[in-house]
Amino acid sequence: MPLLEIQKLTHRFAGLCAVSDFNFAIEPHELVGIIGPNGAGKTTVFNLITGVYRASEGSIKFEDQELVGLTPHKITRSGIARTFQNIRLFKELSVLDNVRIAHYGQIAYTPAEALLHIGRFRAEEKRITSQALDLLSIFKLDEMAGEKAKNLPYGLQRRLEIARALATKPKLLLLDEPAAGMNPNEIIQLMEFIGWIRQTFSVTIILIEHQMRLVMGICERIVVLDFGATIAAGLPAEIQNHPRVLEAYLGVEVTP
Amino acid sequence: MSNSSDTSYSALIERWHMLTGTRLFRAVVMIAGIAFCIAVDTFDFVDLYLQLILIYVGINIILTVSLNLINGYMGEFSVGHAGFMAVGAYIASILTVHVFPPNAQNLLFPLAILAGGMAAALVGFLVAIPSFKTRGDYLAIVTLAFGMIVKSILENIDAVGGPRGLLGMEKLTTLPWVFFWTALSVWVIRNLVYSNFGRGVLSIREDEIASDLMSVNTRQVKIIAFVVSSFFAGIAGGLFAHALQFINPRMFDILKSTDILIMVYLGGIASIGGSILGAVIYTILLEILRPLGIWRMVLMPLMLVLLMIYRPRGIMGMKEIRMFVPLRDFVTEKLWRQKKKEAGDASA
Repeated sequence: MPLLEIQKLTHRFAGLCAVSDFNFAIEPHELVGIIGPNGAGKTTVFNLITGVYRASEGSIKFEDQELVGLTPHKITRSGIARTFQNIRLFKELSVLDNVRIAHYGQIAYTPAEALLHIGRFRAEEKRITSQALDLLSIFKLDEMAGEKAKNLPYGLQRRLEIARALATKPKLLLLDEPAAGMNPNEIIQLMEFIGWIRQTFSVTIILIEHQMRLVMGICERIVVLDFGATIAAGLPAEIQNHPRVLEAYLGVEVTP
Repeated sequence: MSNSSDTSYSALIERWHMLTGTRLFRAVVMIAGIAFCIAVDTFDFVDLYLQLILIYVGINIILTVSLNLINGYMGEFSVGHAGFMAVGAYIASILTVHVFPPNAQNLLFPLAILAGGMAAALVGFLVAIPSFKTRGDYLAIVTLAFGMIVKSILENIDAVGGPRGLLGMEKLTTLPWVFFWTALSVWVIRNLVYSNFGRGVLSIREDEIASDLMSVNTRQVKIIAFVVSSFFAGIAGGLFAHALQFINPRMFDILKSTDILIMVYLGGIASIGGSILGAVIYTILLEILRPLGIWRMVLMPLMLVLLMIYRPRGIMGMKEIRMFVPLRDFVTEKLWRQKKKEAGDASA
């Protein structure tokens, strides 16, 4: 049974069809890449899965549960976490608080207990803080736990965003252009890093990317989008020489 | 030479911060405050006018801290805080004037104040609902409209005196009561801020969509913030009505809300210590400048303009006095150091 199954997904923005009749399925522990030229609708697919947009048509099933219509925090709690193309950390808050906020759904005390600092409050805060610190030390960010997120260098901000996403304890991790703004050397490191995350946290990963090197290097399967429609799908080697993919990326040769 | 004196100076400041963060320091401040308030109330050695100013300082602290929850911590812009205050003031006054027996006023006063707070909290819950969909300037308009609605409703109910207002309250707001409610509001709002829900409030300010995607139930957080904030505005209203012994709808118009906004931004957003400073400085300064007559209203805004130019985030913007940071946050720090040490030992 697939972990995530998308059927006939269509989304329109005031007449513009951003995603049309998109079908997709991913098995547990797979690593699948979604590629495509700018404006192909890749990020829109992520926004539809995570509930930022409500799909115009179609269904998204996660572990047999329908996601269309659920609010983003419910979708996240059911086990899907994501990062963003342009980093969206809580900039003015500390690194530790960035991760602790992602534990929001895992805290067992009520607002009344929080207001009066009674009952389970103390124990729960200690548990969450300890978990967050452990996660930060896995990502080698514990030294910066007290720093404001905006003061971190770019590469560490990207790493913190992944750590924050993993703090929600996801089964499926959606990475939106994790290699944006990285040089070839950093991309190689990132490839190892993503593989390591997949092993350590045993998550399934869907990856949106522009950098062919990254996608071809680690993805087991690739889906190519153009103008909101799937134009090709298959193994990296198949995609590389697929005529329609070349067409989408490089254009059609005009014979005079 | 100057260098060494600099370091000793900063070391001194650091030690002062450590001292103000201790439990003992807080206990001393609390006991001194309670003792002073009770002494003033029993022995009457302070001028009545000064006593009234102290009462206003307390009420303004409650209003500022509670508004800071919405405007500073959550990053929304509410301009209807006086509306919640009006609800609390009228409900508490109706209870003490018309409902409670005259011979049990002192005993039932806290109940009246609490009822005023509850009523305001209920209204705050209703105002939280539009905040699910609207934010920023548009939510500001919603709160502005809310303030106008409250004022118009009160002006048109004859049972509470209409535009003439309501009187007949006994002077039940005493300094010890004001101290109690002020301390309670500061404590509860501090507790909220340094909890899971408080972090949710902060994350909404930083990035609401990311916050929702990181499993924060933003609707729940907004409801909690508005309910707590308006509850304490209602408490402040009840205290205000029983200090002045007279209220009318015009007292709770947009100008009153503006006053509270000024105290918030003067003291600094997202800071409890700042809110207290802002309320104290603004209230006392207005009284000191009273002899200037009409010029007071020229000087005060001018000072605000200068403050906003030279310290755009207010006196304590986004910073906190150690005293208002829970001890547990030091525990966090300790836990962190301990974990680092363990990791170091393991690798060695």
